[in-house]
Amino acid sequence: MDKTVNQKAWFLVLPVFAIVAFSAILPLMTVVNYSVQDTFGNNQFFWNGVGWFKELLDPSSDLGERFFASLARNLAFSAIILAIEVPLGIVVALAMPRHGWTVALCLVIMALPLLIPWNVVGTIWQIFGRPDIGLLGYSLNGLGIDYNYVSNAFDAWATVVVMDVWHWTSLVALLCYAGLKSIPDAYYQAAQIDGASRWAVFTAIQLPKMHRVLLIAVLLRFMDSFMIYTEPFVVTGGGPGNSTTFVSIELVKIALGQFDLGKAAALSIVYNLIIIIVCWVFYTVMTHAGADRDNNPGSA
Amino acid sequence: MHSIPGRRIILALYLIFLLLPIYWLVNMSFKTNAEIVSTMTLWPHQPTLENYRTIFTDESWYSGYINSLKYVVINTVLSISFALPAAYAFSRYRFLGDKHLFFWLLSNRMAPAAVYALPFFNLYSAINLFDTPWAVALAHCLFNVPLAVWILEGFVSGVPKEIDETAFLDGYSFPKFFVKILMPLIASGIGVAAFFCFMFSWVELLLARTLTSVNAKPISAVMTRTVSAAGMDWGLLAAAGVLTIIPGALVIWFVRNYIARGFALGRV
Repeated sequence: MDKTVNQKAWFLVLPVFAIVAFSAILPLMTVVNYSVQDTFGNNQFFWNGVGWFKELLDPSSDLGERFFASLARNLAFSAIILAIEVPLGIVVALAMPRHGWTVALCLVIMALPLLIPWNVVGTIWQIFGRPDIGLLGYSLNGLGIDYNYVSNAFDAWATVVVMDVWHWTSLVALLCYAGLKSIPDAYYQAAQIDGASRWAVFTAIQLPKMHRVLLIAVLLRFMDSFMIYTEPFVVTGGGPGNSTTFVSIELVKIALGQFDLGKAAALSIVYNLIIIIVCWVFYTVMTHAGADRDNNPGSA
Repeated sequence: MHSIPGRRIILALYLIFLLLPIYWLVNMSFKTNAEIVSTMTLWPHQPTLENYRTIFTDESWYSGYINSLKYVVINTVLSISFALPAAYAFSRYRFLGDKHLFFWLLSNRMAPAAVYALPFFNLYSAINLFDTPWAVALAHCLFNVPLAVWILEGFVSGVPKEIDETAFLDGYSFPKFFVKILMPLIASGIGVAAFFCFMFSWVELLLARTLTSVNAKPISAVMTRTVSAAGMDWGLLAAAGVLTIIPGALVIWFVRNYIARGFALGRV
């Protein structure tokens, strides 16, 4: 759509700008302020320059070691859940019925996990996975598999990953389903006349149509898994040991647990920078994909 | 031609996978603690409503639900009313810094709540809003307002520009056009955006817990009370969990026909 240039549009955007600036910029300024200062308590602060950042980015220091370890765990976690949730979501979307009352039923059941408070998601899996009272833990142990997410790091990881798949795959599936629904029947008829195989229909028609929604899905899933806090915290508390301590859990430990403001602030800023960079890459790719489509309307 | 071989089996397995943990929670909420701890039963053999009765009669429990609903509703109303004009502006006009502003908004949707927990605590304590629903509602605006702008922009872009022009030619003022013509046209979009604001405010715990202590404590924070010296009160915890699922399920039912498009953020 061609837009007209109109600077007065700023008045319409101003309220949003004000409220988000209030919630985003003001606190961020506090964080920047803390990140360059140190304190011995009593609300007396003194200048520390980039000291905290140096310590944070130095893997040989205690803080740096914790930061890089949790960052590595978090990236591994994001990679694993993306590798599972995206293909699974596409398959589920393709398996969805297209007409009839079953569509509404499937949609409601699939959306259900998304509307459950995150700590309750944790609680559900905490209960479900327990070897003594949970169906999953009890059955696995009954089958002779020694499963205990509290003491075994691998089991803890498996539980957190399966929980995230349970929680969020539906988001990917619903996005893909929306993309699939926008394909006119004529495309399929044309494919049938051409004698296209099932795979060809998928790669030539369905996947290109899902391209945009898939980008949104990957972006949302990456971001939300990168800042995951509540669910693993409720289930494993970051343990056993530190094996499921992701960046957010580490940050909250430092900020609200130890009240180490300088360290927490430096970590916050680096964390935020990573997120903004990733976000910017996706945004650029997305707007370019959109621009390509607008320029060649026939090819989409 | 549309779907894949074995789709019924795949779909059935997936739905069972989704429902099984929820079933287990519901199952436990109707059991007594003695039954939960002593035996493994697939359904409650001595069904009891005791857990639910505790929640509905103890004020510290049910006030948690009321507090949660309060800030969720405030947040949804705030987010939508702020986002609507902005969505229109982003969809129709080019202005200085529009792309950067849109990106900046988007990046706030992605900001980790953990970063903001401590500064928000300081900020809302300083302006005397700590431990009120307003503090949580405003804090949740951080990610809900950008999201609402994003969704609504997609829906506004779906309305042909000619409609605006015709309305202005007919002598509609801008506010009148906005309320009388545009808002009814994107009613489903407003519903979807409200659904998402409700959803993300309802499920968030970290900020809600950090910004409240006693008077505005949300249900998710109250739930941690079930850990006591005598061990976990599993039945009560499960019942409280089930009750937090219900508002979400109700909301889904109302928007079920728009869910798919909504999750694509109005951009299909």
